[in-house]
Amino acid sequence: MANKEQVFDKVKEIIVDQLGVDEEEVTPEASFIDDLGADSLDIVELIMALEEEFGLEIPDDEAEKISTVNDAVEYIRENA
Amino acid sequence: MERVVVTGMGVVSPVGHGLEEFWRGITEGPSGVGMVQRFDATDYPSRIAAEIRDFDPLRYFDRKDVRHADRFVQLAVAAAQDAVENAGLAAMDPERTGVAFGTGIGGLTTLTEQYDILRDRGPSRVSPFLIPKMIANMAGGQIAMRFNLRGPNVTLVTACASSGNALGDAFRTIQHGEADVMLTGGSEAVILPIAFAGFCAMKALSTRNEDPTTASRPFDQGRDGFVMGEGAGFLVFESLTHAQDRGATILAEVIGYGRSADAYHMVEPEPEGAGAVLAMQRALRDAGLQPEAIDYINAHGTSTPKGDLAETIAIKNVFGEHAYRLAVSSTKSATGHLLGAAGAVELIASILAIGHQVLPPTLNLEAPGEGCDLDYVPNVPRPHPVHRVMSNAFGFGGQNACLIVEDFSS
Repeated sequence: MANKEQVFDKVKEIIVDQLGVDEEEVTPEASFIDDLGADSLDIVELIMALEEEFGLEIPDDEAEKISTVNDAVEYIRENA
Repeated sequence: MERVVVTGMGVVSPVGHGLEEFWRGITEGPSGVGMVQRFDATDYPSRIAAEIRDFDPLRYFDRKDVRHADRFVQLAVAAAQDAVENAGLAAMDPERTGVAFGTGIGGLTTLTEQYDILRDRGPSRVSPFLIPKMIANMAGGQIAMRFNLRGPNVTLVTACASSGNALGDAFRTIQHGEADVMLTGGSEAVILPIAFAGFCAMKALSTRNEDPTTASRPFDQGRDGFVMGEGAGFLVFESLTHAQDRGATILAEVIGYGRSADAYHMVEPEPEGAGAVLAMQRALRDAGLQPEAIDYINAHGTSTPKGDLAETIAIKNVFGEHAYRLAVSSTKSATGHLLGAAGAVELIASILAIGHQVLPPTLNLEAPGEGCDLDYVPNVPRPHPVHRVMSNAFGFGGQNACLIVEDFSS
């Protein structure tokens, strides 16, 4: 799954569903905590949903580095 | 000690959402019992329940928060918010307002969903929200966050007496000056395969599957077990001073609370209702009343053969000859058994009876069972002077709670 746009769209869909935010808020630069209102539990749940969708196992030390939407998209493009 | 009054109520029940629908449901019937729709109950001996079919949690939660609230929390928050609106409480002093909540079981929906995930897909897929969604005290936590309440906040678990005990705790909290206002109530939502299987194995549930609306028939000869329901009720308890200072409409005064234990059996009632007798006597003493002062008892009356008989005997032991003059009814005939929410929802029914000066009936009472010889207000509501009402709630484990409310006169 190399197509960045496809990955972004799917990630956005999951974020909108999990964090209850509007689509327009989910920009590549948006920070999960500062811009999208996520707390630590939300992030754990979000990472699990991304793992599920893209068939990944994201180790905790890698997950900790994912703080923006673009971080997630890039990680998925490199590892999925 | 402070006097304690009720200034607001909210209810989400199988016979309606809101006080008007609820009152119409418990007085006019039919009951809220039907075939189980929540899951496929084909293989279960009991296939009937009192389900809430039209509750929309998005009226109370945004899209994110609704995913993080178990159904019992959703129902609790809805009832609490309705009660606050009913009380006209525009602002609450955070440090002088608290929550006393009761649930028999808590977030079993969440636990079973996540257990399935653990079994099928392993521990790494279990939600970080399993524990916070499941724990019984999260309804109290969510309500505190929603209204910014930093007063006392407790959750009591005494099975089907849970919210009766919670209301009693709220009553004491205000009496003793620990808070001016308490949001107090209960919630239960366990219409799930695992809970059904468990209650069915105990043979506790009615198997009148061919005629669901008449299955909950407290005190009737043909009663064969309770019908599981779901729902929530919340009341605003307030010190009289606080209520009068803000010009609140006072719905009733809480005047007595008694509690006890059977110390007899895990789930069977003591045959003479000894524990229930103690709870009722203690509530009367707490209220400073003679038994003759009670007009109406909203009974625990779950429609089980042993429970209804033991409660009838207990009432006769407490009230003597007056037992035959006062009225007794079980609104579980309409709502099914709301388990941990029953105590709160039935105190709401009791206060509505005072407000309307009408006794809600025991539906489906065709021929009273052996030993059940009181005036159970069969089938039709009865206009009647209602000044003081006793409401009983008894739980598996043998815990008993009894509350007395009175029409308000300053």
